[in-house]
Amino acid sequence: MSFQVGDELAAKTFLINRAKLVAYANASGDQNPIHQDEDFAKSVGLENVIAHGMFTMALAGRYVSELAGGSEKVREFSARFTKPVVVPAGIDVELILSAKVSAVEGNQIKVDLIAICDEVKVLGMAKATFLA
Amino acid sequence: MLNPDVVGRTYKGANSFTVSQESITNFALAIGEPNTSVAPPTFSISISLTESQALLQESGLDWTRVVHGDQRFEIYRPLVAGDSIICSSTIESARVMAGNEIVTVRSDLHSGNELLISSWSTLVVRA
Repeated sequence: MSFQVGDELAAKTFLINRAKLVAYANASGDQNPIHQDEDFAKSVGLENVIAHGMFTMALAGRYVSELAGGSEKVREFSARFTKPVVVPAGIDVELILSAKVSAVEGNQIKVDLIAICDEVKVLGMAKATFLA
Repeated sequence: MLNPDVVGRTYKGANSFTVSQESITNFALAIGEPNTSVAPPTFSISISLTESQALLQESGLDWTRVVHGDQRFEIYRPLVAGDSIICSSTIESARVMAGNEIVTVRSDLHSGNELLISSWSTLVVRA
């Protein structure tokens, strides 16, 4: 696939729910209870359980891997965690990822990513570079 | 409050450890990634955050008040099963903004002399 500056790449929706947060906690080792235990999350002033920022970023990474045609082509990836993804029990929360090509430098493709949840951007300054 | 003397200090893991196929597969499954032949781009966080958590706790940071502010990866070569990794972590900066302490930790993952991944985690310690 060839990429040109300004290309808007197909958006993709990912679903986040409590079971996925538990699986991510186990796979990543981040067992902070704010990502699993509703009572605990509320006790520290959160609205409800929130997703690990790194889980949201990992899903964005999966999206970038798909754009690139494989995880092995991803070279740079960065994001700021601007808003929490709130995950109430029994609900699939939709995370919508989209990307726009910001630069093409030799065989390196740079994209700006947008991650939206409940109509709010949950990642800021999200960028990735992958090999064409 | 973090001891300012720790800025610039590097902790090199004493032991190398081997990346297992099981850990890559579990991480890939958890994020719905079908390809398990290489580690997904953010996989190394499971290594680097564990390493830097230990460093930061030794440095006097209250981990219970930490929020992840931002994250960056530079991947020179993705991790694969069987890689023998040593992780070194450095506190690159620590500053106070609006009463919150903001700490940036860099983690370098080497296999032998080859640098595979550098990553930067900015952590915000809520006042």
